[in-house]
Amino acid sequence: MDRFVWSSGLLEINETLVIQQRGVRLYDGEEKGKMDVGILLLSTHRLLWRDHKNHDCCIAMPLSQIVLFEEQAGGIGKSAKIVVHLHPAPSNKEPGPYQTSKYSYIKLSFKEHGQIEFSRRLSEEMTQRRWEHVPVSQPINTSTTSQAGRTRAVGIVGIERKLEEKRKEMDKNISELFNTEPFISQAKEMVELSRSIASKIKDKQGDITEDETIRFKSYLLSMGIANPVTRETHGSGTHYHMQLAKQLGEILLAPLEEQGGMMALTEVYCLVNRARGMELLSPEDLVNACKMFEALKLPLRLRIFDSGVMVIQLQSHSEEEMIASALDNVSEKGSLTSEEFAKLLGLSVLLSKERLLLAEKMGHLCRDDSVEGLRFYPNLF
Amino acid sequence: MSFEWPWQYNFPPFFTLQPNVDTRQKQLTAWCSLALSYCRHQKLYTLDVMEAQESPVFNNKKIQRKLSTDTIQVIFEELRKKGNLEWIDKNKTRCLIMWRRPEEWGKLIYQWVSNNGMTNSVFTLYELSNGDDTENEEFHGLEDWLLLRSLQTLQLERKAEIITLNESKGVKFF
Repeated sequence: MDRFVWSSGLLEINETLVIQQRGVRLYDGEEKGKMDVGILLLSTHRLLWRDHKNHDCCIAMPLSQIVLFEEQAGGIGKSAKIVVHLHPAPSNKEPGPYQTSKYSYIKLSFKEHGQIEFSRRLSEEMTQRRWEHVPVSQPINTSTTSQAGRTRAVGIVGIERKLEEKRKEMDKNISELFNTEPFISQAKEMVELSRSIASKIKDKQGDITEDETIRFKSYLLSMGIANPVTRETHGSGTHYHMQLAKQLGEILLAPLEEQGGMMALTEVYCLVNRARGMELLSPEDLVNACKMFEALKLPLRLRIFDSGVMVIQLQSHSEEEMIASALDNVSEKGSLTSEEFAKLLGLSVLLSKERLLLAEKMGHLCRDDSVEGLRFYPNLF
Repeated sequence: MSFEWPWQYNFPPFFTLQPNVDTRQKQLTAWCSLALSYCRHQKLYTLDVMEAQESPVFNNKKIQRKLSTDTIQVIFEELRKKGNLEWIDKNKTRCLIMWRRPEEWGKLIYQWVSNNGMTNSVFTLYELSNGDDTENEEFHGLEDWLLLRSLQTLQLERKAEIITLNESKGVKFF
């Protein structure tokens, strides 16, 4: 009986059930053994036995273990039996109900008859030896089937076995969870695309089709990368910025005139985006386009003050004139704060302050800084 | 005789340290001369910075403007560079004001001495600064420390010699 191993009772793939018979008791040699009455199953590959009371208890033996078998007729009080002579158990045999046995044969006692048919089928299988040329593989272990076919644990070995099974199951589940197969396949596509674009850029051959660009951008956006293509290359700028600059040159002329020839960049930004409605400009794009005014010989200039304030002004806008007029205004009023000046000229406070500061820098004005605020006077020093 | 304030005194920006370098230079020059002339008028020989902030020269109540202590320090530094001011303490809270430098005083004193034919005579310091004879002189009321320094400059020129008389100091003119 030590040739048997614990089994889940599940048939493996390509293993087929041939016949099963209820009411069979197994004998280890001549001894009745600890097993109860159960169901004996014959498959193309193995001989299985399941305890009829406890379905978890199931053992199996490969048919290759069988040397030969013979029938033993029953009598009064004795059931018919099949005596199965076995090869010695292999050293790597998995654990089974019996560790050792002094017998090299077992007896199958058919309490409810059926041994004739069983014997016939067994003979067929032994002749055909299907297990030799039909490879079996492990059945797909889903949680439901594994529960159904769980072997009954007996003793410490049984506990160990259960733990081992649990661990294997968990492993499988976790690896399924982290299955990156679909991600990898998607990434492949993107990698291909980026490779093709990179090579095109490198070889400078052919235009990157708009389609590809859009796809690429959408990938990057979904990954959270904003437009990575740098818009400026050594100040030469891209086509986009050039066009944009020309457009700005047209739109901004009228507002600039109104505002006295100068507008803060933030005001320009708001104005332009409000006019566009859709396809808004980013601040970066605006600045880069404005930097190209001079190069494109447009009548506008981007100007950055010492304080960091950026303005767009008309080229015709003359700073000296502005300062001279500022001086006149201040002299007229005696003194002015930037707010008063702004009100007077209809400028924003920011721009008026810049103008006053510039006049002070030129030495035309001087400042009076007190608790009352910052005032500018004509420089009488 | 009441003090005559310069036009800048009533010009509010005068009390704000100007950021423009050129403007600032002109401003500081004006402040130095104002401070010195005020001290001369008031015969002030020492100044305390804290007190100075409240003094009318740095605080024009009429236009409600006064100099910040920082700006006062800047002005004092200018005066020190020119030789008109000397700090008494390390913390720069008190200073000596010399609206006339010792050399200038020395010259004045010697002029008076020689004009009155008093060379070769001996004077005590007290006589020079507080004597009836010198009442109309500018150096009348000159504080001892300054008088001494002025005489020291004359000593260097060998026009005078400082001597000790009993417990006080005196000077002999040549």
